[in-house]
Amino acid sequence: MAIVLAPRKACTVNPLKMSQPIGGAFAFLGLRGAMPLLHGPQGCTSFGLTLFVRHFREAVPLQTTAMSEVATVLGGYENLEQAILNIDNRTKPEIIGICSTGVTETKGDDVEGFIKLIRAKHPQLAKLPLVYVSTPDFQHALQDGWERTVARIIEVLVPAPEAGSERDPARVNVLPGCHLTPGDLDEIRTILEDFGLKPSFLPDVAGSLDGHIPDAFTATTIGGIGVGEIASMGQASWTIAIGEQMRSAAEAMRTKTGVPFRLFERLCGLIPNDQFISFLSNISAQPVPTKYRRQRAQLADAMLDSHFHIGGRRLAIGAEPDLLFDLSSMLHEMGARVTAAVTTTQSPLLERVNAEEVLIGDLEDLEELAKAHACDLMISHSHGWQSAARLNIPFHRAGFPMFDRVGAAHQLSVGYRGTRDLIFDLANLVIADREENHRPTPDSWRSPKPALGSGTRRWMDAKERSFA
Amino acid sequence: MSSLSATVQEVLNEPGCAKNANKTQEQRKKGCIKQLQPGGVAGGCAFDGAKIALQPFTDVAHLVHGPIACEGNSWDNRGSASSGSNLWRTGFTTDMSETDIVFGGEKRLYKAIKQIVEKYCPEAVFVYQTCVPAMIGDDINAVCKAAARRFGRPVIPINSPGFVGSKNLGTKLAGEALLEHVIGTQEPACTTPYDINLIGEYNLSGELWQVKPLFDELGIRILSTISGDGKYRDIASSHRARAAMMVCSKAMINVARKMEQRYGIPFFEGSFYGIQDSSNSLRKIARLLVEQGAPDDLIERTDAVVAREEERAWAAIEPYRFRFRGKKVLLITGGVKSWSVVAALQEAGLEVVGTSVKKSTKEDKERIKELMGHDTHMIEDMPPREMYKMLKNAKADIMLSGGKSQFVALKAAMPWLDINQERCHAYMGYVGMVKLIEEIDKALFNPIWQQLRRPAPWDDVADDQQGKAGAKVGTQTTGFTADPIVAARIRRAKKICLCKAVDLGTIEDTIRSHGLTSLDAVRHQTSASSGCGDCKSRIEDILAAMLVSSPSALLQVAE
Repeated sequence: MAIVLAPRKACTVNPLKMSQPIGGAFAFLGLRGAMPLLHGPQGCTSFGLTLFVRHFREAVPLQTTAMSEVATVLGGYENLEQAILNIDNRTKPEIIGICSTGVTETKGDDVEGFIKLIRAKHPQLAKLPLVYVSTPDFQHALQDGWERTVARIIEVLVPAPEAGSERDPARVNVLPGCHLTPGDLDEIRTILEDFGLKPSFLPDVAGSLDGHIPDAFTATTIGGIGVGEIASMGQASWTIAIGEQMRSAAEAMRTKTGVPFRLFERLCGLIPNDQFISFLSNISAQPVPTKYRRQRAQLADAMLDSHFHIGGRRLAIGAEPDLLFDLSSMLHEMGARVTAAVTTTQSPLLERVNAEEVLIGDLEDLEELAKAHACDLMISHSHGWQSAARLNIPFHRAGFPMFDRVGAAHQLSVGYRGTRDLIFDLANLVIADREENHRPTPDSWRSPKPALGSGTRRWMDAKERSFA
Repeated sequence: MSSLSATVQEVLNEPGCAKNANKTQEQRKKGCIKQLQPGGVAGGCAFDGAKIALQPFTDVAHLVHGPIACEGNSWDNRGSASSGSNLWRTGFTTDMSETDIVFGGEKRLYKAIKQIVEKYCPEAVFVYQTCVPAMIGDDINAVCKAAARRFGRPVIPINSPGFVGSKNLGTKLAGEALLEHVIGTQEPACTTPYDINLIGEYNLSGELWQVKPLFDELGIRILSTISGDGKYRDIASSHRARAAMMVCSKAMINVARKMEQRYGIPFFEGSFYGIQDSSNSLRKIARLLVEQGAPDDLIERTDAVVAREEERAWAAIEPYRFRFRGKKVLLITGGVKSWSVVAALQEAGLEVVGTSVKKSTKEDKERIKELMGHDTHMIEDMPPREMYKMLKNAKADIMLSGGKSQFVALKAAMPWLDINQERCHAYMGYVGMVKLIEEIDKALFNPIWQQLRRPAPWDDVADDQQGKAGAKVGTQTTGFTADPIVAARIRRAKKICLCKAVDLGTIEDTIRSHGLTSLDAVRHQTSASSGCGDCKSRIEDILAAMLVSSPSALLQVAE
């Protein structure tokens, strides 16, 4: 049980947090033919775009209503109208996802109202789905933006099933949290398909941001879940939500369609995957394929081989709540101690993190805590590298953004196989650190100096006193 | 102190800007704010521009007053290099919450400055205004003034909230802040007749250090750079320089012009991109310094250094001429670079098939014509779709551009090189240009391109086994193709020539109807294989297969 501490500083130093609209746009990027649109000044979009491009190393569609100072004062109706018309004309999207920003929220634009007016005025937009989510920059963090957006997509785009319509026993909805990579989604997809299940991922960033080369140039997202498939999600027999952040979306799905859900807080580690695999075996009435029996044994062996290195490590981790909970729990179960935990936003999970305290803070806090507790392994998104370098401790990059290494989209942490590989990576990091920084020297085990030093000083003091 | 809107008006009516000077009174009144098109833009905001311009000052704490978006989403995203402090790449923000917006954020800002001063002891604090606090009326000037007095060090307000305009405008507003609050507030420890300022140079990837050794050799002292590897003290005392060079970017022209006006520091606009340009710039600096009273021999010494460096650079580039023969470059960048690297590329034997002039001035365009002739392909604005087509159709062998358009090239399986701000290599001066040529060589001749342009085995018609297996897969997954007509349609739709998008059916039909027997004839009739030529062997295979099996061939044999 951890005590959750709120921020105490006036100045955030080396932010860990990113803003809600980015999380919202991120969710929309998992929809096919989508154009996320941030309702705010152009800089909001430009910064977000750079973040996504640096992380995924892909062309990323993201537009802006380009609010100027004057437009902000007068209200954003015209800008929103023009933006929607321009996007529709130029890129022929299958859906436009609109997120508000700090500026338009401070002004108080009634975007739902605007959309009604725009629809009334432009009948050609009648069939174009427009989903609006309120995501002010001055509240919450990226994860919350994702969470709200997925819930909103379900509310707007999934109709209640017709009375008497049958569910497809093989169909399963998967609502993944934003901490899962395209590689993770593909892994989960393979696992579900191996049980004969037909999954629909909402959002499906694996379809759009996995790096595949499209046949032709598209200005919108190049893949992901289609609007039609979303509309049919009510026919599924189960909804699987991954990460506590997806609870509200899963509840929205149940309310709307009656599809029951099962929430998996994490999919990294042995026990969570045992639960996941048995659940799949149950709902599909299929025996667990040999492949997963073998993978489980391999994970067990990886834990045996690696616990020497990971056990006893003092972990400093800075991540959004679900990722923090996921990775810190797995490492805790490998014998590491979570001695510094920093996160971005509130979540019911935080008090269940296996640490004494969880601080809602920034990377300066993480660095100071890591220093105070002599942590010897740090995990955060790429921005943590400066802190890890100053402390000279091994650093593992996890979460968004990861801009200084390639392959962010395919970093794997779910399933038996993903956990196995992650454990190996972390153990190797620790081994490399020992080789580079902690080779034994003749003085490694000599008694520390202070005893002798303080004695000398006392003698010196006496001498000085005698002079005086 | 003038209001923000007055400052904006003033910088937009910049007499030093050639583009502005060519405008009518009416146009000038409108300023150079392009009316942004909602849903059709992707540029940075004024805050972004200001931050980019000033962030490279290394010993300054850059504090962003606003909600998390402005700093949280963007901090430490530039590759400037520092020879000293790393404070500049620490992200500071007030991370305004809803409460701050309701009650005003000034108190939090003041406390934030206090926290920074106490903990990080910076030479100065730069406070950046953003949209939301500007909307609610936070007076950052007043807070900065109070904090400066209280904490006894410079606290500089940078009034450039995102929604007042573009990145370029923000850079100018940042310049205004320097002019108003920083430049001329301190005196240098000593001065020499060889002191210069470099304005608009950001030391990306440490590229300034590719040129600095030459300055050092000539005894020219860089008194300050705005802002690459800059130090607060240097910029505060930069008004004692003898001459200034505006490097590459016109965005800070207001700073250069006003420093000339106020402190009599003559400036010129130059660039260190390209060999000729580097030489011209060095010579101009020498001449300006001599005009300002430096000893005459500087000119001679500069000529000697220039001659030596040019010879070295050309000698290093020479070996590439043969390798690059016939290779075509598409140059998508802005301003000076639209022509300044052209000479070096041409010298290395590359043909520049197009250069973008979106951000170039009239003079830039004249220079392009001078270098590349009148029929040059000057690209005003090329949408990504067109760029993709151009690369896909192999009208260019490599694209040099900024990071934003890279995927257009890469996804067309075409070599690409970053020559804008996010690049990880330094391309300045003589050594930098040689480096650029080396990088182009690496990109062009990397063996991956040929592999990537090959069709996947299941799309490869030449491989019969695969074809059969593929048809089976098709049957299984789609579930409707025991039907021979559908199977044939799928087979015929396979792309043989990827560049020209010619499918198998078209090629087979043409061969059959025209009785073709050679690759050249197929190329002539269908334009297949007139692009990259990778499909040559596939077409030859088709020809070989059809010679044996086609009825017309059999008929001919029978006759």
